[in-house]
Amino acid sequence: MSGVLGLAAVLATLPLIFLLVHLMREGASSIDLAFFSRMPKPVGETGGGMAHAIVGTLILVGVAGAIGLPVGMGAGLYLAEQRGARLATSVRFLSDVLNGMPSIVMGIFAWHFLVRPVGHFSALAGGLALGAMMIPLVTRATEEMVRTVPTALREAALALGYPRWRTSVVIVLRTALPGIVTAALVAIARIAGETAPLLFTAFGNQYWSTRLNEPIAALPLQIYEYAKAPYDEWHRLAWAGALVLIALVLIISLLARFVTRSKHGGVGD
Amino acid sequence: MTDHVATLTPAPPVTRESRAVPDARPRISVRKLDALFGSNRAVRDVSIDFPDGQVTAIIGPSGCGKSTLLRCLNRMHETIPLTSVNGEVLLDGQDVYARGINPIEVRRRIGMVFQRPTPFPTMSIRDNVAAGLRASSRERPSRQREDQIVEESLNRAGLWDEVRDRLRDSATALSGGQQQRLCIARAMATRPSVILLDEPTASLDPLSTQKVEELVHQLRGSVTVIIVTHNMQQAARVSDRTAFMLLGELVETAPTSEIFTTPHDQRTEAYITGRFG
Repeated sequence: MSGVLGLAAVLATLPLIFLLVHLMREGASSIDLAFFSRMPKPVGETGGGMAHAIVGTLILVGVAGAIGLPVGMGAGLYLAEQRGARLATSVRFLSDVLNGMPSIVMGIFAWHFLVRPVGHFSALAGGLALGAMMIPLVTRATEEMVRTVPTALREAALALGYPRWRTSVVIVLRTALPGIVTAALVAIARIAGETAPLLFTAFGNQYWSTRLNEPIAALPLQIYEYAKAPYDEWHRLAWAGALVLIALVLIISLLARFVTRSKHGGVGD
Repeated sequence: MTDHVATLTPAPPVTRESRAVPDARPRISVRKLDALFGSNRAVRDVSIDFPDGQVTAIIGPSGCGKSTLLRCLNRMHETIPLTSVNGEVLLDGQDVYARGINPIEVRRRIGMVFQRPTPFPTMSIRDNVAAGLRASSRERPSRQREDQIVEESLNRAGLWDEVRDRLRDSATALSGGQQQRLCIARAMATRPSVILLDEPTASLDPLSTQKVEELVHQLRGSVTVIIVTHNMQQAARVSDRTAFMLLGELVETAPTSEIFTTPHDQRTEAYITGRFG
């Protein structure tokens, strides 16, 4: 029996290993300084890079984080502190539903409310769509983390004359912070690679743009565009882009690990 | 049980270095106090005086309501959902449950230390002691003044010499006993007139317990101490007066020496002599 389970365990990691090996083989050779610093070249010319898409992804993730993190953390703190409240129960349920929402639906939704009324695609709409995806992830993770803070600490703060809100923020949230940061990084890693919500929002852009009210390039979109094009040169760049995207996600995940293990304070140390 | 209201003339306690405070007026007077969890009355019609500058121990078997009574004194009981309190708790003659009294103000004037040490894990030793001074964003003392208070409080808690070289270290690096004394220092830093100790040595080893008991002994005179314990020997060692509770009721309050030698109530005697508990 344990042999079968062991095999299952190996099979579980096989896709990742296969994917990484393949990506390295196809994409690694195309990654050079130019890939990070240059714009795409016209069809037929070799070389060029995806600087605009890398910067675009960073901007999108930044906008998403600016919305997803504060809202998610606030909601999570509320859920943990008001466990039994009726509002808490419904918010918890709805946030689980939102968590399971297909990302393409989120994209259409964002298009309907943020793109159509304005009349054009924009980085802001893309960032908001990603931010909306982040909220339930951060909410639930924050709730879990805050719940691990012992009641005794909360009581100790109250007994010192801390007002309730100050206890929540200065003592409880601060104590749970390493765990919350980890969860936030995992959420960022998760949305950084999303493509579907960006299709009708950020849309992608072949040119350099950092403006929030204009269409913006993003790594996943660029990979999508290049992969379906009929040019070998673009395929090559798509592989390279995929590798960079994976590396980005991996680095964020490792960072999350590192934060969890960092020494100073926090729950579970 | 109203006939067992404590008398205001304390007999000289026969504890070591008898240091009875003459004419100790009550710092806290509890009048007809009920504390409820939902509809369950955990504390029933308790009236008791805690004389100024003295150490009063509250003893009784598990679940007798002694911790709940303690938590009513600084309005911590109400922080638990679905609880309520009836009756009066007079701190220097002022009912802390009166309309318009802010529980936060009450808690700043009455320090509390819990069963398990509760240092804030994200703060340094120094910041833990100063935590109470930063409870409100207004009226924070200067950095210099804060340093002074931290040293003073750690000194009073007998911890200064042990931690003076590592004030910036995390408080979780301290031993359990040190953590508990740190919590006492933290509670003392805001200069409360009363300090509540809720089984402060329950999770400590004998040596650390002894240190905390010595500390309680030193605090007496300058602070009113109320200590909940289910360890009768501890009550005998550290307190001037002892109150015995049973099933939510206050059975008897008397000078400690008297309670342990000539208790008036049969139930007290039965408990003291170990017939139940």
